[in-house]
Amino acid sequence: MTYLAKPKFHHPGLPKNELGYTHRDYEGTVSTLCAGCGHDSITGAIIQACFELAIEPHRVAKISGIGCSSKTPTYFLGNSHGFNSVHGRMPSVLTGANLANRDLIYLGVSGDGDSASIGLGQFAHCLRRGVNMTYIVENNGVYGLTKGQFSATADRGSKSKRGVTNTDNSIDMVAMALQLGATFVARSFSGDKEQLVPIIKAAIAHQGAAFIDVISPCVAFNNHLGSTKSFDFVREHNEAVNRLDFISTRMPIGLQQEPGTVEIVEQHDGSKLALRKLAADYDVHDRSAALGFLQHHAAKGQIVTGLLFVEKEAQDLHAHLATVEQPLNALGEKELCPGSAVLDKINAGLR
Amino acid sequence: MKSTDISDPQYFHKVVDCQYACPAHTPVPEYIRLIAHGRYDDAYMINWQSNVFPGVLGRTCDRPCEPACRRGRVEEEPVAICRLKRVAADFKDDISARLPKPVQRKNGKRIALVGGGPASLTVARDLAPLGYECVVFDGDPKAGGMIRTQIPKFRLPDSVIDEETGYILNLGVEFRGGTRVDSMKKLLSENWDAVFVGTGAPRGRDLDIPGRQEAAANIHIGIDWLSSVSFGHINKIGKRVIVLGGGNTAMDCCRSARRLGGDDVQVVVRSGFEEMKASPWEKEDAMHEGIPIHNYLVPKSFTHENGKLTGITFEKVKAEYDAKGRRKLVHAGEPDQHFPCDDVLVAVGQENAFPWIERDCGIEFGDWDMPKVDEKTFRSTHPKVFFGGDAAFGPKNIIWAVAHGHEAAVSIDKMLNGEDIADRPAPAVEVISQKMGIHEWSYDNAIENDHRYKVPLRDKVIALKDIKAEVELGFDVNLALKEAGRCLNCDVQTVFSASLCIECDACVDICPMDCITFTPNGDEKELRQHLKAPALNLTQDLYVQDGLKTGRVMVKDEDVCLHCGLCAERCPTGAWDMQKYFLEMAHAGSSCRPPRRSAA
Repeated sequence: MTYLAKPKFHHPGLPKNELGYTHRDYEGTVSTLCAGCGHDSITGAIIQACFELAIEPHRVAKISGIGCSSKTPTYFLGNSHGFNSVHGRMPSVLTGANLANRDLIYLGVSGDGDSASIGLGQFAHCLRRGVNMTYIVENNGVYGLTKGQFSATADRGSKSKRGVTNTDNSIDMVAMALQLGATFVARSFSGDKEQLVPIIKAAIAHQGAAFIDVISPCVAFNNHLGSTKSFDFVREHNEAVNRLDFISTRMPIGLQQEPGTVEIVEQHDGSKLALRKLAADYDVHDRSAALGFLQHHAAKGQIVTGLLFVEKEAQDLHAHLATVEQPLNALGEKELCPGSAVLDKINAGLR
Repeated sequence: MKSTDISDPQYFHKVVDCQYACPAHTPVPEYIRLIAHGRYDDAYMINWQSNVFPGVLGRTCDRPCEPACRRGRVEEEPVAICRLKRVAADFKDDISARLPKPVQRKNGKRIALVGGGPASLTVARDLAPLGYECVVFDGDPKAGGMIRTQIPKFRLPDSVIDEETGYILNLGVEFRGGTRVDSMKKLLSENWDAVFVGTGAPRGRDLDIPGRQEAAANIHIGIDWLSSVSFGHINKIGKRVIVLGGGNTAMDCCRSARRLGGDDVQVVVRSGFEEMKASPWEKEDAMHEGIPIHNYLVPKSFTHENGKLTGITFEKVKAEYDAKGRRKLVHAGEPDQHFPCDDVLVAVGQENAFPWIERDCGIEFGDWDMPKVDEKTFRSTHPKVFFGGDAAFGPKNIIWAVAHGHEAAVSIDKMLNGEDIADRPAPAVEVISQKMGIHEWSYDNAIENDHRYKVPLRDKVIALKDIKAEVELGFDVNLALKEAGRCLNCDVQTVFSASLCIECDACVDICPMDCITFTPNGDEKELRQHLKAPALNLTQDLYVQDGLKTGRVMVKDEDVCLHCGLCAERCPTGAWDMQKYFLEMAHAGSSCRPPRRSAA
């Protein structure tokens, strides 16, 4: 961590977005994580994504659990809503908040401990229900706060900093997310912002359950030889299936690419994803093929990154439940408490 | 781009904008830190080594360092470097014990120094402690030259001049006041081992327009008038005074006139207000004393009645620019304006004058009747005669004279040691890590957001009554501490080791100024456009390092780096370090002897 406050001065030539903000306006307080933590880079990517999307900070709710990753919402979007919940319970809090106020942008920030161990059930059900959110797992494969024990995502056969080999099988959260019906699934790397920032932007624009697994090396406990989540290992074994350019609804398509090399995917909100294929024959809309592709490459020790799956016509929980269009806080007392006559009617319907 | 060679002392020197801009290359951030620590003596000595007249310059310097100051690119105004220098001079204790002692055994070499101003005194300061017998000749009774005669006492009290010229003369330098050198030939015949000419630009330009002769009694040449005021020969002036000219001398003239009975003093300049040669702060000081500045008025004639000046007639002009951007002043089409006045001070420029140098004594003269002087060695075409200060290349200011003096002293010292004077000594450079421990740095890297503090002034009513009352009171200790806190410590350099870097982006994310980018390499023009924040200030270098695992390069735009050290603070592997770069110019003596001290 650092004890210095980040100076308020910024580069005089810093670009501003449509709201007149610079990316500095999307920062939070200075990180108290270890110097060089991958999570801080993800923080930087979230800041950049929100700046580029020109999101009004008060329209974002950032919700997290417990762990190094779950501390990070303090370090970005200092003017947004936040909720730091109990360990592993971020998905429930997020679901509740989303049901109450569907107008906000929900950023769920969690880690491999928070989501793959104590919160695995919460993680599963939140995705299964299709809550409209961006669920980011900052995945470093270790419990950093308790000094580097293997987490549930640590690969079998990888070594701890003290040389102990992991004998447990690992949980692949991307594979789980695909199985559980997430409508936007991606994996990226904290050390590659060029890949990560457009993925976060696309996930925020996605109107459904978007899940991003971001491999984020722990410089203190998991950046050594024998680790499969170190900077060097991830760079050497990174198998990106595509490069994504995010085109918001406000931007005209300026891409003049040869047909066949770029696939344009239009999302529900009108934003477009321009996908430059890197792996031939990878179909970003084929859920089961994606699962096979993942397992095939995992067996070879490769880490598949990029936008792995997106459903064109995604639906979210509100659509499933046919809830009211307005957020609850915008409804009047009459609508919220319609009176005993209505209650009698409901009760009658249940008899 | 190629990897930056940071072992070249010039690279980091350029990053310390103030020091780089200073003709004498004073280590500015170093002395500002010492001031912040209350170590005024040490701060003063650093200045004294480098610019010889800290107390004088702290009041009068033209401050080339301040427009260069990085703070001015980050927020509105630069650090008040000049006035902090004065703080060191004001609050120091007796430093005489730290000065060199007069040499007991001279080395037998005799140096004649013509003119007792800053250039000559600098040469004497550098050479006397080495055993040279230095003799300074000056027509005035006391040392100081233009420092004493042309700068009004309300800007620079005599006590400061006495103190700082005294430090030099006490080194065993002989000062022959009241001895004007009339003939170079005669001087050369006296077998001096070297002669240094530091006679300044002593002739004020006149204005030859109708009425000049008839009204001569009330028309004065600015610098001559200032020196008469300085010596007390003149102590009053008419009620209505017009000052012609827009340089710093004009500002000194109008402010002096204001104190000697001029109730209605006005400055009139030919060109536009913005183009005036006077420093902005000197214009401000004049206007603060109720002196209006009129522009675009070209003097046409002095009006007079019965042999007495009655005023000046001006033609109103406007600026026109031709295709090449050259400015021409053309008639504005307005009627001429007449300014009635009792006295006129003409401050329209200074010229060199060498009537005392015979043109056949071995010193060649070139354009504008100026001696031919080598720009590095300051030697004239006569092997034993050197020039410096305004006498060398025309009117500049004190800090340039000091810089010239240092270089000329190096030349003289090398020549008299039988060395090639064209072979210039390299500066001494130290680069030392400032890391004290985890999260601990040996400099104050918390960036203050404060705006520039103003120097307190003496009450205007009192100041205008007494021409010797110093107007600026100087920073007090508290203000000095606050102003010193604005310094960004640009000499504490960000040093990058690619071999240690794991490319985690921590420095990129934390840098408040978006200075750092990891990117595929390219040519400079291309790189400058594609950094995290475009690097459009071409006067500032890009720091490039290759050798990273991904094959990318680290590019740091030096332009607006705050030297806050957050990159080093957030670096998990110590690939970034904050290292203090201290550059000291080689002066005459052992540091300019071969074999040269290698630059670190």
